[in-house]
Amino acid sequence: MSDWPILSFLIWLPVLGGIAVLMLGDRAGAREGALIFAVLTFLSSLVLLGYDSKSGEMAYTQSIPWINAFGIEINYMLGVDGISIPLILLNTFTTVIVVLAGWEVIQYKVAQYMAAFLIMEGIVNGVFVAMDSMLFYIFFEAMLIPMFLIIGVWGGPDRIYATIKFFLYTFLGSVFLLISLIYLYSKSGGSFTLTDLYALELPIEAQMLVFFSFLLAFGVKIPMWPVHTWLPDAHVEAPTGGSVILAAITLKVGGYAFLRIALPIVNDAALQMDWLVIGLSLFAVIYIGFVALVQDDMKKLVAYSSIAHMGFVTLGLFLIFRLQATYLGGDGSTSAVMAMQGSMVQMVSHGFISAAMFLCIGVLYDRMHTREIKAYGGVAGRMPWFAAFFVLFAMANAGLPGTSGFVGEFLVILATAKANIWIAGLAGLTLIIGAAYTLWLVRRVLYGKVTSSEVDQLQDLNRREFMILGTLAIVVLWLGLWPHPLTNMMEASLANLLEVTAPLSELGAKGAVK
Amino acid sequence: MIGLSHYLVVAAILFAISIAGMFLNRKNMLVLLMCIELMLLAVNLNFIAFSHYMDDMAGQIFVFFILTVAAAEAAIGLAILVVLFRSRRTINVQELNGLKG
Amino acid sequence: METVYLAIPLAPLFGAIIAGLFGKQIGRNLSHWVTTGSVALAFLLSLFVFKHITLDGGAVYNGAVYTWAVVDNVKMEIGFLIDNLTILMMLVVTFVSLMVHIYTIGYMHDDPGYQRFFSYISLFTFAMLMLVMSNNFLQLFFGWEAVGLVSYLLIGFWYEKDTAVYANMKAFIVNRIGDLGFLLGIAIILIYTSSLDYTVAFEKFEVHKMNLPGIFPLTVGPLTALDGVDALDLALVLLFIGAMGKSAQVPLHVWLPDSMEGPTPISALIHAATMVTAGIFMVARMSPLYELSDIALNVILTVGATTAFFMGLVGIVQNDIKRVIAYSTLSQLGYMTVALGASAYSAAVFHLMTHAFFKALLFLAAGSVIIAMHHEQDMRKMGGLRRYMPITYWTALIGSLALIGFPGFSGFFSKDLIIEAVHKSELVMADYAYVMVVLGVFVTAFYTFRMFFMVFHGDERMDDHTLAHLRESPKVVTTPLILLAIPSVLAGFLIDPVALGDFFNQVLLPVKEGFREVTTIMVDGSKHAAIPELRESYHGIPGFILHGFLSPAVWLAAAGAALAWYTYMKNDEVADWFYDHFGWLHKVLSEKYYLDAFNQKVLANGALYLGNSLWALGDKLLIDGLFVGGTVKVVKRGAALISRLQTGYLYHYAFSMVLGVTLMVAWILFVYSS
Repeated sequence: MSDWPILSFLIWLPVLGGIAVLMLGDRAGAREGALIFAVLTFLSSLVLLGYDSKSGEMAYTQSIPWINAFGIEINYMLGVDGISIPLILLNTFTTVIVVLAGWEVIQYKVAQYMAAFLIMEGIVNGVFVAMDSMLFYIFFEAMLIPMFLIIGVWGGPDRIYATIKFFLYTFLGSVFLLISLIYLYSKSGGSFTLTDLYALELPIEAQMLVFFSFLLAFGVKIPMWPVHTWLPDAHVEAPTGGSVILAAITLKVGGYAFLRIALPIVNDAALQMDWLVIGLSLFAVIYIGFVALVQDDMKKLVAYSSIAHMGFVTLGLFLIFRLQATYLGGDGSTSAVMAMQGSMVQMVSHGFISAAMFLCIGVLYDRMHTREIKAYGGVAGRMPWFAAFFVLFAMANAGLPGTSGFVGEFLVILATAKANIWIAGLAGLTLIIGAAYTLWLVRRVLYGKVTSSEVDQLQDLNRREFMILGTLAIVVLWLGLWPHPLTNMMEASLANLLEVTAPLSELGAKGAVK
Repeated sequence: MIGLSHYLVVAAILFAISIAGMFLNRKNMLVLLMCIELMLLAVNLNFIAFSHYMDDMAGQIFVFFILTVAAAEAAIGLAILVVLFRSRRTINVQELNGLKG
Repeated sequence: METVYLAIPLAPLFGAIIAGLFGKQIGRNLSHWVTTGSVALAFLLSLFVFKHITLDGGAVYNGAVYTWAVVDNVKMEIGFLIDNLTILMMLVVTFVSLMVHIYTIGYMHDDPGYQRFFSYISLFTFAMLMLVMSNNFLQLFFGWEAVGLVSYLLIGFWYEKDTAVYANMKAFIVNRIGDLGFLLGIAIILIYTSSLDYTVAFEKFEVHKMNLPGIFPLTVGPLTALDGVDALDLALVLLFIGAMGKSAQVPLHVWLPDSMEGPTPISALIHAATMVTAGIFMVARMSPLYELSDIALNVILTVGATTAFFMGLVGIVQNDIKRVIAYSTLSQLGYMTVALGASAYSAAVFHLMTHAFFKALLFLAAGSVIIAMHHEQDMRKMGGLRRYMPITYWTALIGSLALIGFPGFSGFFSKDLIIEAVHKSELVMADYAYVMVVLGVFVTAFYTFRMFFMVFHGDERMDDHTLAHLRESPKVVTTPLILLAIPSVLAGFLIDPVALGDFFNQVLLPVKEGFREVTTIMVDGSKHAAIPELRESYHGIPGFILHGFLSPAVWLAAAGAALAWYTYMKNDEVADWFYDHFGWLHKVLSEKYYLDAFNQKVLANGALYLGNSLWALGDKLLIDGLFVGGTVKVVKRGAALISRLQTGYLYHYAFSMVLGVTLMVAWILFVYSS
């Protein structure tokens, strides 16, 4: 069993599945076929739950020389640890949801639609399991293609503008990423392997350049202010499934890349520039929060709220240096792992919540064919079940305890307060702003008098929609009421990564001296 | 006595004629094709002259290759020309500016 | 016993889930039976726990139910702490909740959202029980926000009413402001104790404080700001900000009057008896920490005193019957807060309890009136109801007397105790607080009886249709009134054990070793001597009542009631004269000190304005316009320029090619020849 290359399987099964579905064409079986492959992938990803979280080491590893010519050596090197596994599960789970969500709604080129999501799933799994930076890069870039098609083919009226903006934005960052990786390759004596790159000792000037190119590449993906404007446009134009994947998965790739690549490789530069990222994160939380408040388009509102939530992720990740510096000796903890865990939980939970929010908006859109908040009002009276789910997810989005949205924010704020109470206070403003924009959305859409005859005739959720939202609701509540399995899974791996990135032996000493 | 330089001059003149033909011709696509052929001939002449001069057969073998390719090219070029004429009803070079930016 | 403890909160949760998810299928009757039954079960089990621990002296329970998460060596658990303070809260919560459940059967009888309403109030009971039974900050915060959520849902219960959905959003967001403080307070405590457990936090801070007098520096690491501020002071003030939000203290009180948009039963349950007292409970629960910080106590004292007096004043000018009671609730919460500030935690909790009974009673009585008036809430259109609704009348009278502190009624004992405690307090702000609470007694009596006379006495001012249908409410409505009237009178006689006695194991510092084995309210007798002094001077209930007549409070209350009687029953001109001469005061009061206007105009609109300008200027103009659009423009212009070279003529391309080749050859020749 241990020899079974489960990770390759997770990458290539959905990709092959996608190709198979493509070959089926638009004949009746495309939906069912896609669902079978999605469920199969999800089930096989459950194998990863057997991961030994105590050690935090890479597991299920696999390494094959891949490109080994012209003096270039790129290995097909895979492995997972407690950081990747939750994200992989998130990915495989969300794909099942997305396939189901597009079941009746998508009538145009069904097979291609389903195939795009399956291939996307495989590629994203590749990102999360790649241990060779060039392999990572290839998956990282390949992700663009299905997403580009999903928005470009099944998108809204302005889809061309949105796709090109999306593509160029992300591509701009990636170019720098490629250059940096090649540079690192040349410095590491011909290895793209991540662990080799971690061990690299670069002069600070070089680190700075590499750091900024990483920041650009991953900052666009997450996205961070001020390179975020592609996201609202992409979301608005994307079909519901595209929005779900975009919010739930692709944004996480940015956060994951920061954690796995940027921080450990150029840790000295990250240490020096952490104020910048912390500042940008706070900016994202507050500025974007206010911007979200005034959106007229539901999807745009949720898109902006995603940016604000991802601000918490970067905040938690870049706080570790300050936190480690608070170490005063003894066996006390510096809460750095807590900050990282907060970020990770925030990512996973945001995956579920934003997916749910976009699905809810999709439910409304399918019935009314508009996302203008103004067109709605009084929906609660016509769609009570939908209203219940929507309020639940909105509350989760606002970080209500008992839902998963709370856990990440809570941990990050707790850890932040240790580094600097003011930063914690500013980040905590999301409690107020987040509640304001989410509840105002709820109020305008669900409550009030029925505004139009279209709203008056709305039908409540059908069984398929109910099942999808119900499943997500269970997950959101489960992670909120008992996040232990999730935090436990990643703790050791994060501690290992922390030791590589911001070792107490270097940073803690500085704190102790002062 | 006719030496190498004479051959080269002739080839150069042929080449120049073909280029001039290309630039000056504004009407007929056929002339363009013929100019290309002429250009290749000029090159061939150079090859043969050098081959004889340096006593190396490689040049002459090359000429055969070029001739073959030129024949194929002429065939394809003419075929394209025919198709072009069918679809656009003209082979006037002046009007074939689809590549304009 | 663990099973019992677990069953107490879970029973209402079960009821809520059944009524909420399957309400349609099981119908209205079964819905109210299952929820009311589950709350009744919780009440009975609470009584059982009361007997087991309080009466039979069983061990205080402090244990975990399950591990929520272990993060960075900090164990975060869901668990229960069952001591007398908890038990008292459990009894109050489940009892009032049960009354409200029964009352609702009558009150909401014709509402289409019947099952939903029952589901919500049971869910609320669950959340509130989780809050009071918690043994750690995490669960406290969980309950804290969960009750806020249910409050949000219930205020907006009639979601088609614009005022209601405005009020529920306002309530949630104002509460969130408090919660931010609360969360930061928890964070600071976590930094110092590496634990979220109450007892660990208490012990660590106390031990530290005893060993190292002086301040806790907030500088943990070299990068932490706020040098020189005592971390404990800061944490406690921040926690209190949370309490200010939940317990509606100035200036975070603005949501409570608006919350009256919800159905009346929840005004009684949530916005009078239980949820709003969560802040009071929290501070009392944290008394071992608050005792260590005079700064925090002074803040509490000031805020509470301000709320007690000034919110009472606003109550005088309200004409909506529920809003009068709402402002009265604000004022009474202020009293409780003052008591906390004076270190009379037990008095605060005692007042919390008596207030829960008589204020729930008053709200439910008001609800009964509202039913009779066909959902008319304006007191100017009522009057003379005494003749038509005898049970409501008498129970409302009991509630009113208890509220103003009429000797012998429950409110008298608790309020008088608070006033005495403030009198004895030696904090800097104690004098201010004393003046405020004493004046507040007069104000309380005045607005209470103004309301009482306007509603139940005088002429019938309602329209003929309503008048013709006036009658006493049905039994499901009046029974809870009667049941609540009983403790409203009698609860005061518990003063001996609860407020002054050993019910809370009041341990007075300095203490002996092993003090953490008992969980309790704690008072530092050497610094905050109010309760110990009151204990000494207390000689039985008759003595306390007699002593009451010697203090100004009772006479001020009498004066207030008398003035209300004179103004609204005898001589209408008094009010007119006042209105003519103090019009500005009336204006300020009816505008609620312009706080609502300020919040709406400056904060809410300001946020929208800020959002709009950030979006228009930042995102659209600067980023999308200048950076993104600018790049696009540059590329486009450049491309347009270069594309001119692209004529489309073959001979141009050929020419440039030849030219290029020539130049290249020339360049190579030049390079190689030199």
